Amino acid sequence: MDKYECIYLKENMSSVVGKMAASTRSQVLFLYRLLMKESSKFPSYNYRTYALRRVRDAFRANQNIEDPKTVQQLVKQGMDTLDIIRRQVGYTPTHRVHEGE
Amino acid sequence: MWSKTVTTKILGYMRGFPKQRMNYGQSVVSVVEREVIKSRELEKDELRPLYMDFQATTPMDPRVLDAMLPYQVNYYGNPHSRTHAYGWESESAMEKARKQVADLIAADPREIVFTSGATESNNMSIKGVARFYKAKKKHVITTQTEHKCVLDSCRVLEAEGFDITYLPVKTNGLVDLQLLEETIRPDTSLVSVMTVNNEIGVRQPVEEIGRICRSRNVFFHTDAAQAVGKIPVNVSEWKVDLMSISGHKIYGPKGVGALYVRRRPRVRMEPLQNGGGQERGLRSGTVPTPLAVGLGAACEIAQQELEYDHTRVSMLSKRLVQKIMSEIPDVVMNGDPNERYPGCINLSFAYVEGESLLMALKDVALSSGSACTSASLEPSYVLRAIGTDEDLAHSSIRFGIGRFSTEAEVDFTAEKCIQQVKRLREMSPLWEMVQEGIDLKSIKWTQH
Repeated sequence: MDKYECIYLKENMSSVVGKMAASTRSQVLFLYRLLMKESSKFPSYNYRTYALRRVRDAFRANQNIEDPKTVQQLVKQGMDTLDIIRRQVGYTPTHRVHEGE
Repeated sequence: MWSKTVTTKILGYMRGFPKQRMNYGQSVVSVVEREVIKSRELEKDELRPLYMDFQATTPMDPRVLDAMLPYQVNYYGNPHSRTHAYGWESESAMEKARKQVADLIAADPREIVFTSGATESNNMSIKGVARFYKAKKKHVITTQTEHKCVLDSCRVLEAEGFDITYLPVKTNGLVDLQLLEETIRPDTSLVSVMTVNNEIGVRQPVEEIGRICRSRNVFFHTDAAQAVGKIPVNVSEWKVDLMSISGHKIYGPKGVGALYVRRRPRVRMEPLQNGGGQERGLRSGTVPTPLAVGLGAACEIAQQELEYDHTRVSMLSKRLVQKIMSEIPDVVMNGDPNERYPGCINLSFAYVEGESLLMALKDVALSSGSACTSASLEPSYVLRAIGTDEDLAHSSIRFGIGRFSTEAEVDFTAEKCIQQVKRLREMSPLWEMVQEGIDLKSIKWTQH
């Protein structure tokens, strides 16, 4: 997953969602895979397992939603979360905090 | 010649020692070294003990940090500056955060005052209300199991000539409502009872207390630092007049909290801090925008995740208790078994010294009581207040489960705990005597 894929996804998401069920499905699955992939990059064990678990459970809880408007809204939320995860995964303090241990 | 320089540079860089950097000496950390430090850091992180002390504090949620970061660097304006855009953007962020906090407890944003934490909120409400009404009302009621900051504020008031009643609690940790009603006098100005206890996790009957206080025309303050964001909180249904909220107990930043002050019927109080008149004059001093934004974000996330988190924490807590209880006998759960927040479990392991168990469980970050008093070896005053025997009070451990706890961590903690309790009991002469059928209470211990 690189930056261009993400931009592509962002540009296409709004136009695709709600048009065709099959393509919405593939977009949602794509978003799911992206979220899982990015979540697995958290260096901290607890954050990583939480993110993976939460993404999985959220998609599972909403898997039967049919209303295209709700789906679109949820996809938007997922995109925002993806942005947050990408930013926070990148934030890894590399400096030493506890000197002289 | 040009290409040669570029090639050497690239080659040098790939080897990790770029040529020009070498000239600066050792002060420049090369890419390779930085990578080594990073991997060492991560390695060290993985070797740290498991965190099972979510009542002391919680790690910040990455979503909260994400909301805060822009206000630490780009939007640094003083939220009280009215003359430029820097101030306006900070102000709107602060007001948004205020609304997020208010929404979580079903209050009006104008009723929220940002403070530095639950300790300040508690100090403000207890001292502030009591001092404002001191001309007519000189009595304050609290319970023996409150947090230290409430008890200490009451001690200060006592020194100022107020009359304080420290209500005893029942053996399950709950307040006796009838006793409370009988204790309220015509000159009682305030009742302060915490919602969820920080050491034993019991949830007080706040709705009933609120109803009693309202009918007797007494202000009701509740310290909800351990409750907000973990159980549904509604200030109108509970008839609460003042409520303390802490940021770092709900996956928010440390150093920020909030106080809910009811507007109708209005609660009047004397401010502790005087100055610029921020926060309606109740708490002067510049509101730390990034921290307030963090608290707001934490509250919003807590509201969204309340059900999910609660289900998960209940599941994990049940798993832990069942695992421990099924493997070792003579384990007592302190506090009411039903009226509680499941994420705070206080267990007493009979015939085992709590501190030595904590030492043995060095792979898990646990505590025998509240963090404030964890430096002293004295048994917890909360456990003494609920009438726990001295020996059981000495052998208690608090397990805190939160949003980021995993099944694997719970299982590991339970296994280690079982193993160490068994080991310590095997060494214990008391345990041996109990196994032989000697009643320890009947023994006369003489000093030599």
